[in-house]
Amino acid sequence: MPQTLYDKIWNNHLVGTRSDGLSVLYIDRHLLHEVTSPQAFEGLKNNRRSIWRLDANLATPDHAIPTVGRSLGLDGIDDPIAKEQVITLQENCADFKVNLIDLLDERQGIVHVIGPEQGATLPGTTIVCGDSHTSTHGAFGALAHGIGTSEVEHVLATQCLVQEKSGNMRIHCFGSLSHGLAPKDVILAIIAQIGTAGATGYTVEYTGQAIEEMSMEGRMTVCNMSIEAGARAGLVSPDIVTYAYLEDRPMAPKGDMWDQALSSWEKLRTDEDAHFDKEVDIDVEALSPQVSWGTNPELVSAVDSAIPNPDSFETEAQRETGWRALQYMDLEPDRPIETIPIDRVFIGSCTNARIEDMRAAARVVQGRRVSSALKGAYVVPGSGLVKLHAESEGLDTIFKEAGFEWRDPGCSMCLAMNNDRLYPGERCASTSNRNFEGRQGHLGRTHLMSPQSAAASAITGYITDVRGIL
Amino acid sequence: MSSNQASFKTHKGSVIPLDLANVDTDQIIPKQFLKSIKKTGFGDNLFDAWRYEDEGEIGKPVSSRIPRKDFVLNDDRYTNGSILLARRNFACGSSREHAVWALLQYGIRAVIAPSFADIFFNNCFNNGLLPISLSEEEVESLFELATGDKPLQLEVNLVTKTISVPGGQTWTFEVDEKRQYQLIHGLDEIGLTLELADKIKQFEERHLQQNPWL
Repeated sequence: MPQTLYDKIWNNHLVGTRSDGLSVLYIDRHLLHEVTSPQAFEGLKNNRRSIWRLDANLATPDHAIPTVGRSLGLDGIDDPIAKEQVITLQENCADFKVNLIDLLDERQGIVHVIGPEQGATLPGTTIVCGDSHTSTHGAFGALAHGIGTSEVEHVLATQCLVQEKSGNMRIHCFGSLSHGLAPKDVILAIIAQIGTAGATGYTVEYTGQAIEEMSMEGRMTVCNMSIEAGARAGLVSPDIVTYAYLEDRPMAPKGDMWDQALSSWEKLRTDEDAHFDKEVDIDVEALSPQVSWGTNPELVSAVDSAIPNPDSFETEAQRETGWRALQYMDLEPDRPIETIPIDRVFIGSCTNARIEDMRAAARVVQGRRVSSALKGAYVVPGSGLVKLHAESEGLDTIFKEAGFEWRDPGCSMCLAMNNDRLYPGERCASTSNRNFEGRQGHLGRTHLMSPQSAAASAITGYITDVRGIL
Repeated sequence: MSSNQASFKTHKGSVIPLDLANVDTDQIIPKQFLKSIKKTGFGDNLFDAWRYEDEGEIGKPVSSRIPRKDFVLNDDRYTNGSILLARRNFACGSSREHAVWALLQYGIRAVIAPSFADIFFNNCFNNGLLPISLSEEEVESLFELATGDKPLQLEVNLVTKTISVPGGQTWTFEVDEKRQYQLIHGLDEIGLTLELADKIKQFEERHLQQNPWL
């Protein structure tokens, strides 16, 4: 029977069935961070259990750490509760001998940036992490998804996850992206089209010319936000772009082993005539840059359009959600998106903090100044290595000369667990992934967009169509 | 098999009607509380930003907080509620299991909604919280019943897969048999998987032979 890529990876990792009938899936890679792991390690200790396979685990602090003063290490963390959490990760990793890329290590960064960067993320593998944006790694043709803390403990103790197989969904992206458009615009348009629960219960495979033409960074952006459409995992079949990215990464196979891996990875594609339970097509050729105007990631419009009137929405629930969102965002129907002024700009997060994102934003910013109306504009590279790479290309200078702050790596203002945040009522042009109420700070307002669009908006002080200034 | 995990068989309680769709886990338990390394103490901060006027932080005593009168948890009718009723796509977003812990520690034992986000749904079963999916129409009729002058009392029975108003209407719900068994017996999840330890070892050996770069 013809199989999808998801079917193949699933079957390659199916260990068996438990006495209660649930399927047990083998996990190749487990990524850990300070926020969702302490209770899992505590559970192991309380039950006197050990870690099944040490070398499958990789840990780093990223969520709650500050993005200034990194060279001070722990002393740079003012918040005593966040500091305790980072120390707890250090202690747990030391106690259990888990590989930790710690604060002062130049490889430290957002867990979904460093996994691929280190070559820990490989095609055909299963990858989990106590973080919903684990779907990012699907860009490599890996089955990757977020898990809860009980499951973190489960994977540590058994190297397996208890799973129900999800349905197969394909999202086919026709056409090529035009100038000024980014992978972020594609995934925002997809979520706007199918809704935040449009892919719930499915693993999504992204196909089509637009995906094939994307860099690995771009594919990661798309897969990253699969969870925002409800999908636990997103997938892209590995190809020459994938292999070129992975070759010579520290944890990627070398020499003969590389050739052996390549011939295995070549088989990781959906068979012709394989069945998908749900199929969606999207034409990206005529796409405009996308911007969210509401409080969930399906409330998105083209930057060159106006905010829709929620009364025009199909269901009562959608109308209510739309009006409630407008009230929270302090916006009104029919207002052109480009008339919305912003207070802060955030370029970063596991969605958009890789070298390509830095370059795309820097191209827009070069030779320009951040609007004096802004209260702050941050660029937060996704890892220490992204930071060094960007600095070697002089991107930090471009940003700093324009008036951006060039910060240390971490999750930062995507979820505002540290001091990088919006204050009540402030509005942010953000390259992150969630525009939920208060996500970037108590009563803060988030507009999701691409790095190019956020950079353009930083220059004008208003949400801006980047195509007008490129 | 040891049963060291929370179980669920039946529960009687009153309904808290939270009339919102797409409630995300950032609302259920905001990020600042995720800095805790403990598994307890989240109940007072369930729906923190909707529940209080002032911004919450870890350790801020409830007595010093200013409740938002228009939020359902602060409505006198629902203060003793233990069954949460919500609209579609409940608990979307972040994988934080803290959302389940916060609901349980507040006193919620079951959540009824037309649909749930995937990761939250899994997290529920690992903690003894019962997520119940009913149709949009059934949820609508429950909202009508639950928003009267008196709170709606319900009896949830996972064994018979029914929800009923004492002496009144009954609804049946679907739940995967394996998940039902898991919740009723409150089995030790890790212990259950470790019953297959030999099989996992054999699988692993073969898998690493076939994929030696892993």
